[in-house]
Amino acid sequence: MTTPQPSTRPPQAAPGEPLLCAEGLHTHFELRQWGFVRVGSVRAVEGVDLTLGAGEAVAVVGESGCGKSSLARTLLGLHRPTGGTVRFDGTPLNGLSGRALKRYRARVGYVQQDPYGALPPFMDIQRILAEPLIIHGVRGRAERERRIDTALAEVGLTPAADTRRKFPHQLSGGQQQRVVIARALLLRPAMIIADEPVSMLDASVRVEILELLRRVQREHRLALLYITHDLSTVRHYVDRALVMYGGRIVEQAPVTDLLARSGHPYTEALLSALGDPDADNARRQREVPGGEPPSLVHPPSGCRFHPRCPHAMQGKCEVEPPPPDFRPRADHRVACWLHE
Amino acid sequence: MADAPLMEIEDLGLSYATEQGTLRAVDGVDLALHRGEALAVLGESGCGKSSLAKTLLRTLPRNAYPPTGQLRLQGREVLGLPEERFRREVRWVRIALVMQAAMNALNPVVRVGEQVAEPLRIHRRASRRQARQRAAEAFEEVGIPTDFLRRYPHELSGGMRQRAVLAMALVTEPDLVLLDEPTSALDVLTQASIMNVLKRIKHERGVSFVFITHDVATASELADRVALMYAGQVVEAASARAFFDEPAHPYSRLLMAAVPRLHQERPPSPIPGRPPSLLDPPAGCRFAERCPWAFERCGEPPPMAPCGERHHARCWLHPGLGGER
Ligand SMILES: Nc1ncnc2c1ncn2[C@@H]1O[C@H](COP(=O)(O)OP(=O)(O)OP(=O)(O)O)[C@@H](O)[C@H]1O
Ligand SMILES: Nc1ncnc2c1ncn2[C@@H]1O[C@H](COP(=O)(O)OP(=O)(O)OP(=O)(O)O)[C@@H](O)[C@H]1O
Ligand code: SF4
Ligand SMILES: [Mg+2]
Ligand SMILES: [Mg+2]
Repeated sequence: MTTPQPSTRPPQAAPGEPLLCAEGLHTHFELRQWGFVRVGSVRAVEGVDLTLGAGEAVAVVGESGCGKSSLARTLLGLHRPTGGTVRFDGTPLNGLSGRALKRYRARVGYVQQDPYGALPPFMDIQRILAEPLIIHGVRGRAERERRIDTALAEVGLTPAADTRRKFPHQLSGGQQQRVVIARALLLRPAMIIADEPVSMLDASVRVEILELLRRVQREHRLALLYITHDLSTVRHYVDRALVMYGGRIVEQAPVTDLLARSGHPYTEALLSALGDPDADNARRQREVPGGEPPSLVHPPSGCRFHPRCPHAMQGKCEVEPPPPDFRPRADHRVACWLHE
Repeated sequence: MADAPLMEIEDLGLSYATEQGTLRAVDGVDLALHRGEALAVLGESGCGKSSLAKTLLRTLPRNAYPPTGQLRLQGREVLGLPEERFRREVRWVRIALVMQAAMNALNPVVRVGEQVAEPLRIHRRASRRQARQRAAEAFEEVGIPTDFLRRYPHELSGGMRQRAVLAMALVTEPDLVLLDEPTSALDVLTQASIMNVLKRIKHERGVSFVFITHDVATASELADRVALMYAGQVVEAASARAFFDEPAHPYSRLLMAAVPRLHQERPPSPIPGRPPSLLDPPAGCRFAERCPWAFERCGEPPPMAPCGERHHARCWLHPGLGGER
């Protein structure tokens, strides 16, 4: 195994070859009672295959509890996968430890879920941003300040000198999220994982932050994994979208294709449950599949969606899990028996 | 007073005492609601939506000053009623409230069936048997299997708990139900099925709703009428048709353009700037600083001007106010 190079190195993966590559990824959490008796496990990520090219922006969409954050944290090396592999820039993550893992983390910016909890309340922005630089060995106060100013300018928090002295509570929700993004950019990562970066924000600020992410992603040719529960916020901000349900990826396609010609009944359900604002919405019942999101402890057999699926085929869908890659079109993959 | 509106709000105001001074969260709000209508109160975080709801039900925190203005239910002023009478005659009896995040505020050690029946026992003095019977009916109405009556809150999913608090609000058969962000914590499919329940109940029972949300699309799922709030004030009040098709206020128009849409080629555009502080709001139009149409006159506070049938906007551009449009 080769050790990864320092963080300033540009991505080495050959052109066309993905920067990040996960295969058969599983992340299960043990479920314990009274702290020690093992009573089962939560299968938060179950058999996920995923690739992310250098400079590619991809969304992971799915409802609350389907395993999006667990997937993100596994890709970041914060959870040890129960099975499967993650390779970043040609290097498997599984064997990494200590320094090598630290170097990997420096190459991946992380915008964690919950913007209000993301910034330590008693540090000013200067300290919040200096910390990762110090941890990752960026020497010299002047160099650190230069990098902080660049990052703040990049996210539109200017004049940087004013922002640096402020504390998180003195900033609006949108400004706080800009600081979080600046922090993710500081170490000049090759990839950013942004977990629900806008779900707590108002409509207008939401669009500002999504535009900001898209702009820095393009300008620096970053790979971006954008995690969201809201399918209406993917269209203009990513190239490709994956839909996740019950720990599995059920569909993936270029984003416009996914929205226009979705292939999985779950994606379909999401699309028909969502509406653009329209006075007529109040006059019609929406088509919504019955039932509840699947349990990850005792997941449904076969296709995870079969108990709620209007097209489920008896004798098939509840028996065998559909493979993840039926292809209605070359770059469109669906895990559903309808596409066999 | 046979055809007086079910609810009329006039010049409603509410302030909080804070360390930084007086914060005016609701300022000069006028609204009217007829029987069977659903009114969406729409606005960004912190614009005063929950404060408005709490004022209407007088469930205010300690640091709130007494509200000013009028609240009339079928022509009768009730905001000035002594607390005892307000509790006996209005709260839960005529108006029920589903508070923001109520589904997380259920008592964890009491079975949901009992909690749903509780308003009946307290406000309608129903017998235990009657209350249980009504609670079961309310469960059916909101789509929870009745064997869930005996369960505890933690045994219910988020969607089921939200349905349970809805059942609790309906059980006393109030004329008006106030819902503060009833679906914001839920995923899309659960959200849609709860909106379906609300639509059905509105249609079948003729209950009126005041429905608070920050989400434009969600507002359109139930509203006959929309009131858009900005920095403590209502800036536009209109039928849903007029509001979604031809919004009159500059803020309404820009907000509509900021909403991401599933199938629209043109990307949404954000509104530059952010709302003013409610501790020290600008003297003139509160939106002026962000408004691309602002002109000299906007330094004075615009009143609500009529711009159509039951359609008002707080903007100097409107013909009623001598604007040039
Ligand atoms: N560290 C952990 N230990 C045990 N269980 C966990 C852990 N992290 C997540 N889970 C469980 O794994 C499942 C998936 O959670 P996850 O946070 O990945 O979902 P999500 O899609 O990010 O949801 P949300 O939209 O609410 O953020 C949940 O049932 C959750 O309770
Ligand atoms: N108890 C309180 N004391 C002081 N200020 C308060 C109090 N409650 C609310 N506020 C302030 O009043 C304003 C309006 O708050 P309110 O909760 O009514 O807004 P909202 O529109 O419901 O927002 P959200 O969408 O975030 O729920 C805000 O500036 C808020 O900070
Ligand atoms: S009153 Fe003036 S500033 Fe306010 S919204 Fe109308 S045009 Fe814009
Ligand atoms: Mg999550
Ligand atoms: Mg509120």
